[in-house]
Amino acid sequence: MSKKLAIIATKGTLDWAYPPFILASTAAALGYDTQIFFTFYGLQLLRKNLNLQVSPLGNPAMPMPMPVPVLVQALPGMQAVMSSMMKAKMKKKGVASIEELRSLCKEADVKLVACQMTVDLFEFDPKDFIDGIEFGGAATFFEFAGESDICLYI
Amino acid sequence: MAQHDKELDASGLNCPLPILRAKKALNDMQPGQVLRIIATDPGSVKDFDAFAKQTGNELMDSKEEGGKFYYLIKKK
Repeated sequence: MSKKLAIIATKGTLDWAYPPFILASTAAALGYDTQIFFTFYGLQLLRKNLNLQVSPLGNPAMPMPMPVPVLVQALPGMQAVMSSMMKAKMKKKGVASIEELRSLCKEADVKLVACQMTVDLFEFDPKDFIDGIEFGGAATFFEFAGESDICLYI
Repeated sequence: MAQHDKELDASGLNCPLPILRAKKALNDMQPGQVLRIIATDPGSVKDFDAFAKQTGNELMDSKEEGGKFYYLIKKK
């Protein structure tokens, strides 16, 4: 019987999108039965059209090519600039895009579950999500997580 | 280097792509066949070792040459 990995993905920024998809795709490659439960801002990671952003605001640990004062970081357009710089750097370094990791997860039969309550709360249109996902609640999560060998909250 | 049945060039790819691509390549192979992988990610040395241990596919060879890493994996 294969090992099981259960992940809760709660964040929807570019940087926080990586851990769940990297771990889930790798676990699947190692033979784990894997499930990710997407809740709150994590639901953004299930959209057909991803426009994930990263912000240096509130994150003094983000490596910057040069020091940028916080008030400058808050200027309009700065987030878009930072996000495209980060994406360009990732591409240059051979880091997979979230789209690629997500489709590798799907190919490897990682089960993707959207939190029904948050879908309703934020009035997301299920048509905006990628195909092949499931919708469920906390009890649905525990049905799999209760049997898991590793359970991560991200 | 020993004979291989298939080659995967994962040069320039970063974690976890070399492992994921290797797994995909192995899926299309027969048990006993050998996959040769070329990678540039230094983290792939430990990762392929761990991959082999956990999946039961045999890591027959792992070496560095001229800044590149070469692996031979025999499918279980």
